[in-house]
Amino acid sequence: MKKTEPLKWTKKHLLGIEDLSGDEITMILDQAEGFREVLARPIPKVPTLRGKTIANLFCEPSTRTRASFELAAKRLSADTLNITVSSSSFLKGETLKDTARNIEAMQTDMIVIRHSCPGAPHFLAECVKGSVINAGDGPHEHPTQALLDVMTMRQKLGRIKGLNVSIIGDIAHSRVARSNILALTRLGANVTICGPKTMIPAEIEKTGVRVTYKLEEALAKADAVNVLRIQLERQKKGVFPSIREYIKGFGIDKEKLARYAGKKMLILHPGPINRGVELSQDAADSEHSVILNQVTNGVAVRMAVLFLVSQIKGSGKNFK
Amino acid sequence: MKESKEARVMDKEGIKRILRRVSHEIVEKNQGVDNLAVIGIKSRGAFLAERIAENLEKIEGKKVPVGAIDITLYRDDLTEVAEQPVVHSTEVGFDITGMKIVLVDDVLFTGRTVRCALDELIDFGRPANIQLAVLIDRGHRELPIRPDYVGKNLPTGRDEMIEVRIVEVDSDEEVVLVKNSGEKKK
Amino acid sequence: MKILIKGGRIIDPAAGVDKEGDILIDKGRVVKTGGIIKDPAAKVIAAAGKIVSPGFIDMHTHLREPGREDAETIETALECAIRGGFTTVSAMPNTTPTCQTAADARFLIEKGEKTGKGHIIPIGAITKNRMGEELTEMAELKEAGCLAVSDDGDSVNDAGVARKAMEYASMCGMLVISHCEDKSLVREGTMHEGYWSTVLGLAPIPAASETTIVERDISLAELAGARLHIAHVSCAQSVEIIKKAKARGCQVTAEVTPHHFSLTDECLKTYDTNLKVNPPLRTKKDVEALRKGLKDGAIDVIATDHAPHPENEKQKEFDHAPFGMIGLETALPLSVMNLVDTKHLTWPALIEKLTSNPAKILGLDRGTLKENAPADIVIIDPGKEWVYSREEIRSLSRNSPFVGKKMKAKVICAIVDGNIVFG
Repeated sequence: MKKTEPLKWTKKHLLGIEDLSGDEITMILDQAEGFREVLARPIPKVPTLRGKTIANLFCEPSTRTRASFELAAKRLSADTLNITVSSSSFLKGETLKDTARNIEAMQTDMIVIRHSCPGAPHFLAECVKGSVINAGDGPHEHPTQALLDVMTMRQKLGRIKGLNVSIIGDIAHSRVARSNILALTRLGANVTICGPKTMIPAEIEKTGVRVTYKLEEALAKADAVNVLRIQLERQKKGVFPSIREYIKGFGIDKEKLARYAGKKMLILHPGPINRGVELSQDAADSEHSVILNQVTNGVAVRMAVLFLVSQIKGSGKNFK
Repeated sequence: MKESKEARVMDKEGIKRILRRVSHEIVEKNQGVDNLAVIGIKSRGAFLAERIAENLEKIEGKKVPVGAIDITLYRDDLTEVAEQPVVHSTEVGFDITGMKIVLVDDVLFTGRTVRCALDELIDFGRPANIQLAVLIDRGHRELPIRPDYVGKNLPTGRDEMIEVRIVEVDSDEEVVLVKNSGEKKK
Repeated sequence: MKILIKGGRIIDPAAGVDKEGDILIDKGRVVKTGGIIKDPAAKVIAAAGKIVSPGFIDMHTHLREPGREDAETIETALECAIRGGFTTVSAMPNTTPTCQTAADARFLIEKGEKTGKGHIIPIGAITKNRMGEELTEMAELKEAGCLAVSDDGDSVNDAGVARKAMEYASMCGMLVISHCEDKSLVREGTMHEGYWSTVLGLAPIPAASETTIVERDISLAELAGARLHIAHVSCAQSVEIIKKAKARGCQVTAEVTPHHFSLTDECLKTYDTNLKVNPPLRTKKDVEALRKGLKDGAIDVIATDHAPHPENEKQKEFDHAPFGMIGLETALPLSVMNLVDTKHLTWPALIEKLTSNPAKILGLDRGTLKENAPADIVIIDPGKEWVYSREEIRSLSRNSPFVGKKMKAKVICAIVDGNIVFG
């Protein structure tokens, strides 16, 4: 019996879910399962990336994503380099290009970058020889977040295909939303997005999602909801009138859950949570919440991504 | 590309007899199966380990813990292999500290795979000892690794390859010698 | 020196000419056009199989000098211009200092003439320092040689000021060129608002930021009884508005850039900052509407909006890079590939958009090959396939998305005031 050719990983960078097919997404998730097992061992470490150096270039503040990537790298025995660029460095005149070149000159194999500008990882990939992993580029994509979200849903619900998943919040400014929409639709889920009209970007239905401005429609029959963090500063820019009104229309609390949501519905959140705003205290701590699973899966997913990308020749400093 | 020629060197019955004999040797050397576990190296070594564990249970009347490890993450040649390594999960559901571990693989060649397996096992705990059981030893060691139990010694040329086929994975059950094939470090 | 251009296809829309023939030039002027001309004393340029056209007139160029000579100088801009077929360029006033005095205007005209490589028409600012508050001394600017005023880069935000500016400009016989953009709708926008801005996560610029000001400025021009020219039209709705205004007799004209009728917002998938322009690249529907607008006359002029930026300024994150691309050298081939080859324009119609229409709108005595006209002439090989290579670029800047791309149609000779300046 001839075996079908196993799918090969061919990507040197991970710039976005947009570059991945459904099969490639599944491949990462399957590898991540293997790494979850590693994380459960007494010595949760494997020597796979020993000798490799991974730089975390964070040009935007982040605690959880950076810690997660750092831990993932260390669990793979890689050496890590943490560079936080405050806006002041850029003010001093050092461009992203120069910063990247300097990092590379220190013999790094991979750069994990978080930046406030969409396309910054793509720009970086043109400037450096090593691999580039996107840890969030402005409102564009946050691929590893979507991967760990999907992994968590798959873990709890057994599949992605045919699931009803709703994403709730400031879709227009959310990289988590964009990456999730791509990953979920590519794996065959039915995606609904929900938020104030001022936060829904143009022509988003063309990506295959259903749009609603009513929370009850987003919660009804949903197998999982991904609740986005609302940036309170946006209220000042005239995007919504007040936090109070946002909570009334789109905040999730135990009462709304009881009224509209199925008992088995999962609640996901990329963190950090504005408790009492998008999620009430008791909703965040309810049995629906899989937020802590997301965090554990995050390290496993990032280990899988670092491992796969490191396999590609030319992905490191010693490429021939 | 060179033409490869296959020659069967062991059949289904041969494999069965060898595994039975090896299982008896394990019992003899360890004076029973107390405090003993069998761990196979994925993929085929893991299935052979299961069979050995079954045999041990038949012989001694006691259940023997079985595990399986995937050594992909411990390889030192990941960027040099032509094929893409796929990571399968490792399943060792018991504490190996203080236990006698019989490590099982289908073919022993350079010894590098066993080296990876030793490194991985030691990350799981501190066994009392690790013994090595292989179905075929084809020679050409590159590291100081020696088996405790050998099914069959089959001296081979560098340009030859031994393929163990078992029903859990392949369509048939046999061991074949393949001439003029690509080298594969084991 | 006498020059005889022999056997080319002479296209002179101002004179209604599209015919094979010869042109004789002497003392900086056209002596005779058409038919077979014999003059043994003349230097002969063989032009069989080529198109002979009046030198193009660009109504929208950023020379960057004075103030940003690291991006471009008058000299380098004119080198680009002649290679692209442009023998006259209009200098937009957003330089440092802003062009708003007679001295500023004269500097540009004289420096241009000194190079001998082309003519510069200065465009004065509408308001002092383009702040949108106080009017500039337009009468003096007109006298010094400006043919139009514009605050290009910005709209005049206060409608009351815009109205008065138009009234005053029309009194001085000055054309008002309007950059239509409502920055309060643009906010931090960097690309067209639509499916692609949503997918790419880039801050959106709605088409309404242009159309609302196009509407406003046309109403104000009607109120003021002024001539108005809409700069860099980028979307279908603007074309519609201009078409309707023309139909009811408004004195409004419009221009479009080659990048707006050649590229769409989808191209920004790569986050190439050379595609970051203001107004932004829009959708296929808009591109089609712009091409149709050129065909049916809603849009009168093709202008480059040549906007140089030094390489290190463009090699940044998309959000931080400045808007603009260079375009003098690629305008002709892009027009041929995306208008002539697509059957939107014939060659004479194309040449009209580049010569007689801009001349008419500016009130400029150029853009024709009639007898005694100034000899600003270009000879074009209409079928020539070439590659726009980095090394060939004459600009000090390199911000073009077409570098390395295949082009069709090339200027093989340019003549300014009767002197061969290229080819």
